[in-house]
Amino acid sequence: MATIDSIGRTTKFVPRKKKSKRTVADWLLLTGAIVVGLAIAVPFYLILINSFKSPSDYASGGPLQWPAALNFDGIINFWNRVAFPQKLWNSFFISGLVAIFAVVISVLNAYAIGIGRVRGRTWIVVLFLLANVLPQEALLYPLYFMFKQVGLYDNVWSVIIIFTVIQSAFGTYLLSSVYGTFPKEILEAAALDGASRWTILWRVIVPISRPTLAVIVIFFFIWTWNEFLIPLTFLVSNANQTVPVAIAVLQGDRLMDVTTTSASALLGLIPTLVFFLIFQRTLTRGITAGAVK
Amino acid sequence: MATIETSTKPSTVSTTRVKKTRVHEESLLPNSGKGGGGFWLYLIPGFVLLTVIVVIPLIWNIYLSFTSYRGIKPPKFIGLDNWVELMGDAKFWTSFGNSIAMIVAMVIVPTLLGLVLAAMLFDLVGKKFGGRVASFLRATYYLPQILPVAIAAVVIGWILRPDNGALNDVLSAVGLGGLQHNWLGSPDTALLSIMFVMVWVQLGYPVVIFMAALQRVDPELYEAAELDGANWFQRFRSITVTIIRPEIFVVTLTSTIAALKVFGPIYTLTRGGPGTATIVPSYYSYSEFFQSQQVGYGATIATALTIVTIVVAVFFIKVQNRAERAESGR
Repeated sequence: MATIDSIGRTTKFVPRKKKSKRTVADWLLLTGAIVVGLAIAVPFYLILINSFKSPSDYASGGPLQWPAALNFDGIINFWNRVAFPQKLWNSFFISGLVAIFAVVISVLNAYAIGIGRVRGRTWIVVLFLLANVLPQEALLYPLYFMFKQVGLYDNVWSVIIIFTVIQSAFGTYLLSSVYGTFPKEILEAAALDGASRWTILWRVIVPISRPTLAVIVIFFFIWTWNEFLIPLTFLVSNANQTVPVAIAVLQGDRLMDVTTTSASALLGLIPTLVFFLIFQRTLTRGITAGAVK
Repeated sequence: MATIETSTKPSTVSTTRVKKTRVHEESLLPNSGKGGGGFWLYLIPGFVLLTVIVVIPLIWNIYLSFTSYRGIKPPKFIGLDNWVELMGDAKFWTSFGNSIAMIVAMVIVPTLLGLVLAAMLFDLVGKKFGGRVASFLRATYYLPQILPVAIAAVVIGWILRPDNGALNDVLSAVGLGGLQHNWLGSPDTALLSIMFVMVWVQLGYPVVIFMAALQRVDPELYEAAELDGANWFQRFRSITVTIIRPEIFVVTLTSTIAALKVFGPIYTLTRGGPGTATIVPSYYSYSEFFQSQQVGYGATIATALTIVTIVVAVFFIKVQNRAERAESGR
C-alpha cells in the first residue's frame, strides 16, 4: 500500500494520489521521527567508536571524536579479563538447552491442554501463566536453598532447570491456544489410520506446527540469554557466569578504565545484535503475534 | 469455581488464548476406545517441574515471611512480626515509590510516546515516504529492546560516567560545563537517570506492537472521518485508539509487570543508592537475602511484591474483560 504513493507518481488512476503530496508539516514530522531514531541510536554509536580508542585518545579527543588510530587494547583487555569465549559458551549452552527442553515440555503440556482438552484446562493455563508472571524474587531463596542441598548451586544446570520451567510456562500458554485450533480433520485421519496418541503427536502435530515451534525456540533462547537475576544468584564463580552477568558485575571496578568499560558494553551487545540480524523476520513476526489476540 | 468448568461455559479469562468459540469439551482427537484420561499423562513432566521449581518455592517463600531466618539456623516462626515491620519500613515504601517511577518510565511514557510514534510512522511516514523508511525507523526504535537489560544499563551508564563520561564531556564542550553532574551518584538525578535508561530500553516495544495493530484499521474509516471534518487528533483519538485498545491493554499489562520487577539496571548501576534513592522492591529483597542475611524479611518483601504483581495483573484482566463485554454488548 505504501509503495503506491512513493516517489509521488502522477498516474491519474492511483486512488490516493492526493496523499502523495508532501507538505512542510509532513517533512517536519518525518524529521521528528528521525531525531527520535537518532537519539535512540546515539548510545550504540558512542559505544562503538569509543571501544576502539586508547584511554589517552579518549582523554584528548573526547567521546564524540572518531578514533585517532584503531586501538584494540580495551577489547583485548576485557576479552582476556573475563575469559570472554568461556562466557559466550556458558550463555550458549544454557540458552540452547533451555530453549530445547522448554519447547519439549511446552509441546507435551499443550498437547494435553489444546488437543486433549483435559478438564479444568482454563485453570491449568492460568496456573502456568501465573508461574511466568511471578517475580523471580519470590522463588529465589527457596531455590537457592534447594539447589545447595542437591549440590547444583554454582552449576549451570541449576539455571537450565529453572529456566526450562519458567519458559515452558509461557510456551504452554501460547502453544495451548495454537493447538486449540489445530485442524481436526488431520487428527481424525491419523486416528483412522490407527496411529497412537504418541505417534500422532510426534509424527503429525509437531511437524505441522514446526514454524511456530521454531519461533518459540528462538524466543526462549534470547530470553534466557538476557536473564539476569537468577544467573547472578546461582552462578557465582567466574567460570560459570553468563555474558550479561560477567559484564555487569565488573562495572565500577577500579581496573576498568573508560575505554575498557566501553569495550565491555560492546562485547555485551554484539551477540544479541547478531541474533537480531539473523532472526529479524522471525522475531518481528513473533513479537506482534504474541500481542495480537 | 473449578467445577463450573465441566459445563459448556466458555473461558472467563479472556487473555488466555484458549479458543473461546469452541464450547464443546471433547478432545480434538477422536477416542480410540482407550478412555479419555490418557491426555493427563502428557501433563506429568510439566506439572512435576512446575511443582518443584515454582509451587513449592513460592509456598516456602510465603512461609519464610512469617519467620525469623538468617540462613544458618532453622527458621523460627514469629507470626506477623515481619509484616508489621514492613508496614512501618520507610525503605520499603521508598522502594515502592521508586516502582511507580519505573512504571512512569516503562509504561506511561513509552505507551503514550509509542502511540504517537506508531501512528506517525504508519499514517504519515509509511504512506508518504515509503514503507521502507517506516520499517527502518521502527527497527531503530526497537534496537535497545533486544539487549539484555543489564547490558543496556551498562551502555547508558557508560555515557553517564561522572569523571570523563560522554554526557559531561559534551556539556562542557558546548559551554554548559556548569551542568556537569554525577548523574548516577547524586540523589537528585540517580532515579531520573535510571528512568532514562528504562525509557530508552522500552520505547520500541509499544511502537512495534501498535504498528502491527494499526494494520487492522480500515482506511475508509479515516477517509469518512476526514470528510466529516475531523482533524488528525480527533481521528487518532476516536478511531486509532479505539481499534487498537486490546494491544494497548497488553502493552500496559506486560510493561507494568516488568516495571515492578526491575532489577538488572539497579544492580548494575546504583545498587539502590545513593542511600535509598534508587532502591526497588526486587533489589531490596535481594540485598536482604544475600547481603544482610535477613532471609525472613527478604521473603516478606518478595511476597509483598508478588501480591502487588498478581493484584495488578488481575485488575488489568478484569478491566479488559469488562471493556470487551461492553463492546460486544453494543
